[in-house]
Parts: sequence; structure tokens; C-alpha cells
Amino acid sequence: MSDALVSLRNIVKTYRRGQQIVPVLAGVSFDIEAGAFLALMGPSGSGKSTLLNLIAGIDRPDSGQLIVAGEEIGNLDEADLADWRARNVGFIFQFYNLMPVLSALENVELPLLLKDMPRRERTERARLALEMVGLADRADHAPSELSGGQQQRVAIARALITDPTLIVADEPTGDLDRESANDILRLMQRLNDEIGKTIIMVTHDSRAAGHAHAIMHLEKGELSGREDVRA
Amino acid sequence: MLLALIFRNAFRHRLRTLLTMVGLAVAILAYGLLSTVISAWYAGADGASGARLITRNSISLVFPLPITYREKIRQIDGVRAITLANWFGGVYKEPKNFFPQFAIEPESYLNIYSEFRLTDEERREFLRDRKGCIVGAKLARTYGFKVGDTITLQGRVFPGNWDFVIRGIYTGRDAKTDVSQMLFHWDYLNETLKKRWPGRANEVGVYVVDIGDSARAAEISRAIDIQFKNSNAETLTETDRAFQLGFVSRTESIVVAIRLVSYVVIFIILAVMANTMAMTVRERTAEYATLKALGFSPLFVILLIYGESLAIAAIGGGVGIAATFPVAALFAKTLGKFFPVFDVSSTTVGLQMLWALLVGLISAFFPARRAARVKIVDGLRSIG
Repeated sequence: MSDALVSLRNIVKTYRRGQQIVPVLAGVSFDIEAGAFLALMGPSGSGKSTLLNLIAGIDRPDSGQLIVAGEEIGNLDEADLADWRARNVGFIFQFYNLMPVLSALENVELPLLLKDMPRRERTERARLALEMVGLADRADHAPSELSGGQQQRVAIARALITDPTLIVADEPTGDLDRESANDILRLMQRLNDEIGKTIIMVTHDSRAAGHAHAIMHLEKGELSGREDVRA
Repeated sequence: MLLALIFRNAFRHRLRTLLTMVGLAVAILAYGLLSTVISAWYAGADGASGARLITRNSISLVFPLPITYREKIRQIDGVRAITLANWFGGVYKEPKNFFPQFAIEPESYLNIYSEFRLTDEERREFLRDRKGCIVGAKLARTYGFKVGDTITLQGRVFPGNWDFVIRGIYTGRDAKTDVSQMLFHWDYLNETLKKRWPGRANEVGVYVVDIGDSARAAEISRAIDIQFKNSNAETLTETDRAFQLGFVSRTESIVVAIRLVSYVVIFIILAVMANTMAMTVRERTAEYATLKALGFSPLFVILLIYGESLAIAAIGGGVGIAATFPVAALFAKTLGKFFPVFDVSSTTVGLQMLWALLVGLISAFFPARRAARVKIVDGLRSIG
């Protein structure tokens, strides 16, 4: 067994569409080392988002072995898998997925409700996380009062707040203009460089992928290549 | 933060939530009013004592019984006291001014109907004056009657003008006591009948028998009826409660209809509320999926949905319950003469709370189940 943070062996995933069974991943195997910043690229339907969902523990493979952060997550039941996600995974979504009725600070604080932590400490940590993404002065703003780039930074702060082992990002810049997208990508790069967060990012955008250490290409549910981008 | 999420979510679509709350408030109010109408219908029976028997002519209430039965009934084992009453059926000024009037034997009647409360002086004055009468407090309020007033009734069952002097205004022992009647001396009626229509004198509408022990009601009723079997006026004896229920049963279909309408009202608001919750949860599928992705359990999502539904039900239901009292008071003022007792009971309030709670719980059931079961990846794909 390798000491990789993420280890996939012969991962198979299919979807049922009516009577039809659609293959999505056809025996994918690879490892991701801790501290990596990996971009998953490929055409629509290549299986990259499915692969990301499996690694993040929000979907299950049909077969194969999937070890993430030392846990064979395919064997966990729903409750244990939820606990595992809360401990190990930070999510960044394309459309931010913030709770519209909560302020930026409350959104960042939200994952800490799952920890046994006093309210004051939760709030303090959330403020620190917002400071880290440059939004300390917007703590009390509702998501609707923030720009897309700012909302995504709140989402990044929320992903960081529990100090997860792994951050997964599905098209994190897909809904942003170029300038905001660059801000977000630089921020993610900083998280990887300065605090060593392992990041796996799905993207269509080769410029976004350029911020990663390596790019893995998928095509028709299979790995079609890997290129190193920056040292 | 859970509470903040619940309440802020509940008011995200203010107009929709407010309309649902208003609908719920109106439904709970309507249920409360209809239940109170039904209670009012049964008020006479509810207020009746099980230790009192009513003996009447077995053919119909319309046919009287001879006064000579009084002493014979008094002799029957188990009878503690006896009194009598005649329905008078007079009109006060205009036919629309309906209120019940009974000719009674004052001393024995007031002893048996201890729920009618008079001051000692009023009681003394009433017993002393054969043309005297007493009126219930509600009746006095309705027509502005005062002690010392003289009122004239036009007899329908007993034709002619009949003058009475009000000697007392009685109150009730509790809310169930009928305080909308007028009671006067049977002797006054009987002596006048002796002069005007001697053939109708010495007749009694019903005997009221006090038996003390309600457990012997069936046995004593049988004994009374056997006593007068094969006579010219056979009797039918039943408890006061059964006697009162006999009146209600004639209008039972109306009561059933009212009860059905009250359930239909609740069912309609349940459908409205369930629709509100279904729309709400469908719109937030991606949010619930996000919460689950972050590590929150399906139970947390269920709590959020139930919390929101119960918050709406509690506010709407609370407003409905609070509004029931003033609206019922207004109702009683307008239709008081048809319902001598029209009070919102604690049982009605309890049922209103229960229905509001059930509406909150049932309407959240399917949306919560769906949100808890939806796969995270499917939920994240959905757009509200």
C-alpha cells in the first residue's frame, strides 16, 4: 500500500438512465500525494466530476478500492461517511452553495456546528478564516450582497474552517469573470503553497488548470494522460 | 444557529409564508368557532345532572300530566325531592324576542336546580310574590331587565296577556348553566287557568325528580313508569341529560354537518400548508444537499424542515387561537339567544393546538423524507 493521500484502484462507476446503463468511469487507478494541487480536465461526460464526487465521499463507486486519508471510504455507511467528510473534506462549488439566509460569517461558521466547540471560539475562527480570504470587512453581509468572487472566497473560507485533509473544487471559477477567477485561483494556490492543503480541482479552463501542480486528463471514463505544470 | 436557520428560512418568501399563516389562522379560528357552536348545542345536556330525572307524558311533551302524579312519584323509593315545570311559550313584545319561559313550583325547583344562584333577598321576594318571576343574567342583559320591572308576555300556549314583576336576576354556578331563561310561579298560571279555562288547570308539563344517587337512575325511572302504566297518562322517565340530548338528537344532522365542515377546513389548510412546504423544500434541494456534503446528517435536514413547518404552524395557529376568543364573544353577542351558553372551552383550545401541531407535522412529513433521502450528487445538480 502506498503512502498517497488518495488512492484509487480499478474504480468503476455507471449511471442508470431509464433502462439504459451508462458507463462513466471504467477502471480508473491513480494516486494523489498529500500536498498536491491537481487539476482534472476532460470534455463533458468524461467522468471528471464523478471522479471528484467519489474522492469527496458524496458518491460511491460500483466497484474498486477507494482509499482517502487512510480510510477505505467505499466501506463506510452513510453516517460514518458524513462524519468522515466533515473531518477530511472542504468543498468549493461552482455556484458557491452558500446559505442565502446566513451572513458570510455564519456561512463560514456553519461546518463548525458539527464540532464540539464553544460559540465564541467558532465565531473567532470564522473571522480568522474570513480575514485569510480578505473578507473580514464583509462578515455581516448576506451572500446576495456580495459579488460572485467574494461569495466564492466565503466558500473557500468555509472549506478551510475545519482544517480538512483535502479540498475539492468543482469548476470553482466557472461562474466568475476572468479577474475574479484569477483572484480565486491565486488564493487556492496560496492555500496549497503556504499551508500545504491538498487540492483537487475539476475545470474546463486550461488557464485555471495552469495554477495546479499537475493536470490529469480524462476521456470516456479513462485516464488519458498526466502532465506536470509547475514544480 | 439552527434556530436562526429555521426562522430565517421560514420568512424567506414573506408573502407566501404570511399567506399560509393567515390561512392557518383562519382555519384554526373557524375550527374553534364551529367546535364552540357544537359545544353550545350540547351545553344543556352537558350542564344537566345525572341525579335528576325528568318524567313526561309518554306520548309527547305536548301532552300534560295530572298534578296528582306529584305525590305518587314522591312516595317511590329512592325519590328525594320532586318539582314541576310547564313550558309557557309567551312572546315578549314581538315574536322575534324569543326566550324560554317556565312556570315552576319555586321553592322545590330552586332547591333541585341549585345551579341557579339568587341572593337571599331576591329568593325571598320571588317566593313571596305569586306574580313574581326571575330572569337569567344573560336574558336581563339582552333586554335590559331590572329587578322591579313589570313585563308583559302574550301567551301562545296559554292565550292572553300575562304580567310579571321581576323579583330577581339569577346567575349560574358555572359557565354551563343556562342563564337565559325566565321562571315564574306555576300557581299563578294554574289559578289563572282555573278561572279562564278550567279544563286546562292542574296540569303539569314535566316532573323533575331528584334521586340523589345517579346509580339508581334506571331503576327509579322504571319504578315511576310502572306506577302509571295503563293509566290515561302513561309516563316516560329519563335522566335530565338524556332528556336534553333528546332535543339535540332532533338536530343531529346539523351538528354532524358542522363537525364535517370543521374537519374539511382543517383538511384544506393541511393541503395548502403541505403545498407550501413541498415548494419550499423543492426550491432548497441544493442547499440541503450542500449541508449533507459538509457532513450534516439527514436528521439535521429533517429537523430544519420540521422546525420551519412547526414555526409557521405555531404562529398561524397561535394567532387563530387568540382570535377565537374575541370572535366568539362577537358571535355570542349576535346569536346569543340561540345559544344560551357560548364559551370557548379549554378542550376546544386544546384541540386547536393539536390540529395546528398536526398540520405542522403532517405537511412536513413527505418533503422532509424526500430531502433526507435525495442523494447528495442529485441534490447538488438541482436548481431551485
